[in-house]
Amino acid sequence: MADGTTVTVDDLVAWVPRFSEVIGEHADELTQLDSAIGDADHGTNMRRGCRAAVDALAAAEPVDVTGFGRAIAMKVISTVGGASGPLYGSFFLALGTTGGSAPSMDAAEPIAALKAGVEAIRSRGKAEPGDKTMLDALLPAIAAMEGSLEDGGSLADVLQAGTDAAEEGMRATLPMLARKGRASYLGERSIGHQDPGATSSWLLLRSAAETLAP
Amino acid sequence: MKKLINATDDVVVEALEGMERAHTSLKVVYDPKYVVRADAPVAGKVGIVSGGGSGHEPMHGGFVGMGMLDAACPGEVFTSPTPDQMLEATKAVDGGAGVLHIVKNYTGDVLNFEMAAELAAADGIDVEAVVIDDDVAVQDSSFTAGRRGVGATVLAEKICGAAAEAGRDLAAVKELCERVNANGRSMGMALPSCTVPAAGKPTFELGDDEMEIGIGIHGEPGRERRPVASAAEVAKMLVEPILADLPYSEGEKALVFVNSMGGTPLIELYIIYNEVAKILAEHGVEIARNLIGPYIPSLEMQGCSITMLKLDDEMTELWDATVSTPALRWGA
Repeated sequence: MADGTTVTVDDLVAWVPRFSEVIGEHADELTQLDSAIGDADHGTNMRRGCRAAVDALAAAEPVDVTGFGRAIAMKVISTVGGASGPLYGSFFLALGTTGGSAPSMDAAEPIAALKAGVEAIRSRGKAEPGDKTMLDALLPAIAAMEGSLEDGGSLADVLQAGTDAAEEGMRATLPMLARKGRASYLGERSIGHQDPGATSSWLLLRSAAETLAP
Repeated sequence: MKKLINATDDVVVEALEGMERAHTSLKVVYDPKYVVRADAPVAGKVGIVSGGGSGHEPMHGGFVGMGMLDAACPGEVFTSPTPDQMLEATKAVDGGAGVLHIVKNYTGDVLNFEMAAELAAADGIDVEAVVIDDDVAVQDSSFTAGRRGVGATVLAEKICGAAAEAGRDLAAVKELCERVNANGRSMGMALPSCTVPAAGKPTFELGDDEMEIGIGIHGEPGRERRPVASAAEVAKMLVEPILADLPYSEGEKALVFVNSMGGTPLIELYIIYNEVAKILAEHGVEIARNLIGPYIPSLEMQGCSITMLKLDDEMTELWDATVSTPALRWGA
């Protein structure tokens, strides 16, 4: 159980149904954002993938962090489709690998694992900050979490700082010009719309804060 | 929405079931989904795998067969397939000479094929990939996802399929695929849009008297929206940007591919082809080969695309080589 300092595999496993739940609540909004600058399937694809991941985790019963990452990553990759599948899949795969073959993570380890996941998204998608992508929510979140950790924040403080930074980063995508993905075909017409990937990324961190250090 | 379907969720699977019943030369695997030559793997031959969102039939499943693709991975309508499909297809066609992935340049397709190639490499299969990006409507720049892969994909699959069938090795087939991509250019246009079954309404709206020049095969926006014009004017709007991007010298030969976006009939494609031929004659370009028909459509969208491939002798010979697939078949 979450005790405020340690993140166990059970906490991680609890994170996924909560993520699935908030994705479900926001699915229409995600699809609406995606129809403005993409192909109108982000909400549908994420909802389908998250539901499948919940079932896959229940069946896999992972005993360590690496096993958790692998189980969810393979399911997300094979069910989400589009660009989001490989990006979210890479996130969980790297998170698991960095988290290691222990049943829990302590102190700075959870943040290091989250950071490895975000770096995996960056190298898979070859995007940079300001390109109007998931990274515009995730990179500021990692920076905020590292800062909070350095200031001696509790795990709950650290994750909350990450969620707040992700939300701010998500809103900051609104005036950006898209340089990656389908939205980039729109050029100037992509300006004035919030990025759907940055939005689901904020939900990823929000659900993490709610379940890993409640 | 009026469509000949049973349920939107079943569109892709039921179409695959129909293909399987219609073509005994193909085998269809449903979990994960891919279409494969019934005689795969062909020992000692480079395997060729492609794939992409559904809704562009016959691409890619209709191009599976002798002299073209060994396997094709269909995604949901206009959605990339996933790496597990590509991995299983790659394994199924590996005859020991390696496998080439032919990938259209869309972010989802590229990322999913990259993951599949990494997984296949981990399984000890020699995999190379070529990304096709021939759509001149999109400015190629590091500030975008780059040019989209469209009509040249069909030509690359045919030419590389022939090379693999002739026993060329993986490096040679890959080089050829890159050469086809480097010498192929396309531009498309749309009259009315198409309707994705799961969306239930048109992907974009055009006024009764409007057309979109430079449209993508998923209804992505093009270069400009203008009043509907004559076939002669449309042909010029499509051919001129192609020639501006890849100029032809007097006497150079081209393969001209006039493609229907799905809803435009052959009679109109021939009118367009006639106009294209006149324009190219003025430029001194010889049309050495042609392909006319709905080979990379966008569901039932009305409109057409033009692809020009600057031919050399090797590409011409491979284009003419025997092919036996549901959608392209000659020489057999």
